[in-house]
Parts: sequence; C-alpha cells; structure tokens
Amino acid sequence: MANVLVFAESRAGELRKVALEAVTAARRLTELSGGGAVHVLLAGAAGIGSKAEPLAAHGADKVLVLEHAGFALHNPEALAATLAQLLSSGTYAYGLFSGTSHGRDLSPRVAAKLGVGLIPDLTGFTVENGAVVGQHPINNGKVIATLALSGSPTLLSVRPAAFTPAPAERALVAESITSAADPAASRVKVIELKQGNTDKIDLNDAAVVIAGGRGLKVADNFKLCDDLAEAFGNAAVGATRAVTDEGWRPHSDQIGQTGRNVSPDLYIAAGISGAIQHLAGMRTSRTIVAINKDKDAPIFKIADYGIVGDALEVLPVLTEAVRAAKAS
Amino acid sequence: MKIAVCIKRVPVMEVKFAITADGSRYEETGLKYDINDFDLWAIEAALQLKEKAGDGTVHVVCLGPNAAQEQIRKAMAMGADSGVLLESDARNYDGLAVARALAAELKGGAYDLVLFGRISIDSMNQMTGPMVAELLDLPVVTNVFKLDINGATGRAERVLEGASEVVEFPLPAVLTIDDGLNKERLPSLKGIMAAKKKPLEIKPANLDAAQVTVRSMALPAERAAGRIVGEGADAVPELVRLLQTEAKVL
Ligand SMILES: Cc1cc2nc3c(=O)[nH]c(=O)nc-3n(C[C@H](O)[C@H](O)[C@H](O)COP(=O)(O)OP(=O)(O)OC[C@H]3O[C@@H](n4cnc5c(N)ncnc54)[C@H](O)[C@@H]3O)c2cc1C
Ligand SMILES: Cc1cc2nc3c(=O)[nH]c(=O)nc-3n(C[C@H](O)[C@H](O)[C@H](O)COP(=O)(O)OP(=O)(O)OC[C@H]3O[C@@H](n4cnc5c(N)ncnc54)[C@H](O)[C@@H]3O)c2cc1C
Repeated sequence: MANVLVFAESRAGELRKVALEAVTAARRLTELSGGGAVHVLLAGAAGIGSKAEPLAAHGADKVLVLEHAGFALHNPEALAATLAQLLSSGTYAYGLFSGTSHGRDLSPRVAAKLGVGLIPDLTGFTVENGAVVGQHPINNGKVIATLALSGSPTLLSVRPAAFTPAPAERALVAESITSAADPAASRVKVIELKQGNTDKIDLNDAAVVIAGGRGLKVADNFKLCDDLAEAFGNAAVGATRAVTDEGWRPHSDQIGQTGRNVSPDLYIAAGISGAIQHLAGMRTSRTIVAINKDKDAPIFKIADYGIVGDALEVLPVLTEAVRAAKAS
Repeated sequence: MKIAVCIKRVPVMEVKFAITADGSRYEETGLKYDINDFDLWAIEAALQLKEKAGDGTVHVVCLGPNAAQEQIRKAMAMGADSGVLLESDARNYDGLAVARALAAELKGGAYDLVLFGRISIDSMNQMTGPMVAELLDLPVVTNVFKLDINGATGRAERVLEGASEVVEFPLPAVLTIDDGLNKERLPSLKGIMAAKKKPLEIKPANLDAAQVTVRSMALPAERAAGRIVGEGADAVPELVRLLQTEAKVL
C-alpha cells in the first residue's frame, strides 16, 4: 500500500484547478505503486470544507479539512508544520504538491523539516520499486532531466497543466483536523491577497493564450488581445517582459524564462520579437501563431503559422473571424 | 545592515545544448558561465538596501567549482564586500545537500537578511532558499518582486499565478528574489579594480550524498518549421481555415 498525501491549493476560499490536477496525479501514483489511498489536505477559513466535493469526485479517498481563520490567506509556516506532521506519521509513502508559487514555497520547507529529498515541477512520471522517476525541465526548458527519488516519504511537485483532471468518483469522506502550529503565531504573515479580475481564466488553465509584446505600442491596445481572448472563450492574455516592465500589464502576466511557463493548445504572439527568454516560457505550446510586422522576427522560426503585418490591424479582423467561426 | 547573498554559477543559455553519448548529462565543453539572473537581482537588492541604510556589508556565498571565483569577483565588482567559495567539483549533489552546505556556512553569521534568487535557470529546482531558511529556523518569503525594509520588519509582495500577496515579516529573514524587483547594475571599471583586492575565502564544500539522482538527460522534441500564411489582415481567413482544419484548435 502506497498512500499519497496531496496539498490542495485554494485561493480566497475557492478550490483551484491545480488541486484537481494534483489529485489526478496522485491517483496515477497509487495505480503505478500497486494501489493505495489518496488523502488531501484542504486548508482555509471556516467553510472551506464545503468546497471538498470536487476533490472526492476526482479520486480523493479522504479530505483532511483544516478550518481556521488563520488560513484565510496563505499561512506557509503553519501549513508546513501540519504537512510535516502528517507526512511523518508513517501513513504516507508520497507527498504531492502543485508546482505553483504556493506549492513550491511549501514543499521545500517540508522536505527540509523531514530531511528528505524533493523532485520539483514534474511534467510526467513513472514508479520503479517505489521510487518516483520523473521528467523535470532544466536549462530554461532546453533540456529535460529524468530524476529519481526514493524517500520516506518521497516528495514531489507537478507542473501546472501537465496533468488533466480526470473524474474518479468517490463518496466524500471528510475529516476535520487541527493545525500542528498555532496559525496566529506564524512569523511570516500574509496580510493581503491582490487578485486581478477573478472572472479571468488563469494563464495555466487557458486552452488559448493571446500574448502581446512591445509591438502593441501602448497599454490600451491590449484591449485588442482581451477582445480576441473573449472571442475564443477559455482564453487568457499574457505578455512579454518588455510589456510588464512598462507597466502595461501586471508582473504576474509575464511569460518566459523569468516569468511563467505556459503550454496551451494555441498560443498567439502579437507584436513579440521572440527573444529566447520569452520562448523559454511558451515553446511547448501545441500550436503557435505569430503576428509581427518584421518578416525576419525570430518568433517566426518557432511559429507554426505566421502573419507578416501590423498586429493592430490584424487582431480586430481575427477577432471577428473567430467570433464568426464560433457562431457557425 | 548585514546581508548575505547566495549566488550560483550557471551556463549562459543562448546556446544549443548537446547531450553526451551516454545520455547522462549535457555537454559542458564550450559553455560560457555567468551569475544566475535572479541572483543578480538579489545582489542588486542587497546593495540598494545597504546604500539606503547608509552602512553595512554584503557578503556573497557560492557553492561551485574553483572557476566560480569569477562569479564572486563579478558580484564584488558590482559592490559586494566579501565572498566565500564552497568549492566542489562533485557530480552528484541535490537540493537538500546544497541547502545543508549553505546553511552550515551561513549559521552564526548574524545576518539581518539572507537573499537568494527565486530559481536557478539551469537546474530549476526553486527550493534552496526555503530549505536553508527552514534549516536555520528563519522566516522566509519567496518570489519577492516588491520589498520595503523598515528597521526590524519588512514588507514584501510575492508573485502568484495571476495574483500577488503582501507579506509582513520580522528580521532576520530569508528572501528569494523574483524578476521585477530591480535591474542589476553593471560593474564599473573602478568596481572591477576594487574587486581584485576584496577578501575571497575558499574552502571545501561539505556535501551530503544526493537523495535525488539524475537518471538521464534528453533534448525536447524540435518544433517542425512553420510557414508564413500571408501578409496583413488579408491573411486572416486562411489562418482561421488552418486553425480549424489543420491544427484543429478552433
Ligand atoms: C535575464 C533576462 C530575463 C528575461 N526574462 C524574460 C521573460 O521572462 N519573458 C520575456 O518575455 N522576456 C524576458 N526577457 C526580455 C527579452 O530578452 C526581450 O527583451 C523581450 O522578450 C522583448 O519583448 P517584446 O518581444 O515585447 O519586445 P521587442 O523585442 O521590442 O519586440 C517587439 C516586436 O514587435 C514588432 N512590432 C512592432 N510594431 C508592430 C506592429 N504594429 N505589429 C506587429 N508587430 C510589431 C517588432 O517587429 C518586434 O519584433 C528577459 C531578459 C533578460 C536579460
Ligand atoms: C555537477 C552537478 C551535479 C549535480 N548532480 C545532481 C544530482 O545528482 N541530483 C540532483 O538532484 N541535482 C543535481 N545537481 C543539481 C543541484 O543539485 C542543484 O544545483 C541544487 O539542487 C540546487 O538547485 P538549483 O540549482 O536548481 O537551485 P534553486 O533552488 O533553483 O536555486 C535558488 C537559489 O538558491 C541559490 N543557490 C542555488 N544553488 C547555489 C549554489 N550552488 N551556491 C550558492 N547559492 C545557490 C541561488 O540564490 C539560487 O538563485 C547537480 C548540479 C551540478 C552542477
């Protein structure tokens, strides 16, 4: 029996999609290990337990509900203490985290507390004699390393969007637990969560990403990207560092080496030159479209389809055409 | 203000990597090396904090091969006061081993702040900072892109997916620095000259064996060459047709 403990991420009282991806990855771990239970830690303010149903619907055998006002916002110290306590109980062979900002904040703390290794940001894995053998992109995504770890427990994180949530219906079994450390006593205190437009789809969850670069000239022209995203539905808007540096879009929208990694079905780059630091964050997209007025722009080298032209003219026409295609 | 900055020597990424014949690692001959991008921003943050405080020291700590002295000297040329190289040519150490070696070096240093990069652009583990903090029992804030230190407390903003959060913490603390906090300064000629005389201690790294092992390395599948569909808005109908019938994404 190889049981897995999953940390389920929530934000502002809502479960995040990455939590379901993590449960799906955990189910896969148990299958590859010859069976075992998937338990999920869900922490939040009072009422977070009412959000547990989708976890069971994706294969969580038990949800450990940690409700306390001190978990309304991320509380890394108390969470790491609780996770370390649960993972050292002997119940779990594996501890699985999402490879998100929070997941990659918590997992190393827990690994250091337990004195065990950690393999991060896996895009896929197998199990060999209990060891996790997984793929981890390195060197800006230009090399894929296959890493192996066998710990007690073995800790890993999975890259957002690498696993697609798969239904695996269970009756919800919820158990209320308490924090291993006083949540009010944490030295590090998150005092505010600044959310963008919460109706927007996250870049990692979007099937289509429209990314704008300096070629869009001014912040207002990002409206053209927003319109195209809306025409597609299930789409999000990202940007280059040139754009986030200018303050045209928030820092959290930056895609690339020092920003975020995305790999949507369709990536549309408008007014983006295609610097290698940008490509590092999007080259694994399934289909890439580039719109650039310079026919020699490097972005055309990795684009499946290119249009040479003024993005400010092409984008509105494309938006209309996508609307028409969706309507027919 | 006493600040330590942990910096890593990493390959410059503007190259095509090749995998060795046995598939165990990437070819290192011919690679150029520099300080990890995020660590440049950590150095810059430390220098700005020291300048703002009006006094203090910035000490850099690097675990790596003998040649990493070059990166420590560059940090000194930017303005760091001193450095230590924990020398190792070992081929098999992992995140926890590095964190333990760095923590042992930092312990007892009475630093107000210990700064890391968010992630190294080569191994991409994104774990060293929080591991060291845990080992030293210090508060840690990761992915910092806004920072304000006021006496014995700090306020930082950290990046989330599509959001951010504001965090308060007491000093001493560990921070991992993200893109967006600052732009690093270039070493001046005067800085380069001064760096040559700054104290650089070299001692062997004390590394535990790796729990995480590297099985193999490979290059990702190459993208097939694409094509120019046409020019300007006139090309849109053909693009839409291709997205529908060929790429099947619309
Ligand atoms: C350490 C480091 C880390 C970095 N990390 C990142 C990162 O994470 N993400 C990132 O994106 N960048 C990153 N960069 C920056 C990167 O090197 C490039 O500078 C940046 O990606 C350029 O953004 P851009 O393509 O928007 O702008 P530019 O390179 O200025 O390109 C603008 C393009 O728009 C085209 N254009 C102009 N007008 C029009 C028009 N009307 N219609 C259509 N096309 C038009 C131009 O032909 C040009 O190709 C990093 C750089 C460094 C040094
Ligand atoms: C020769 C060699 C052999 C290796 N063998 C293995 C192996 O067998 N198994 C394995 O899992 N990994 C191996 N690695 C990778 C190595 O374990 C990582 O460098 C280590 O885990 C730290 O992770 P990271 O570099 O991804 O740093 P991250 O955790 O991504 O780095 C974050 C920050 O920590 C600091 N930092 C990281 N490394 C150093 C350093 N060396 N000195 C000072 N500060 C630092 C920097 O501030 C950096 O920005 C090997 C690396 C080398 C060079």
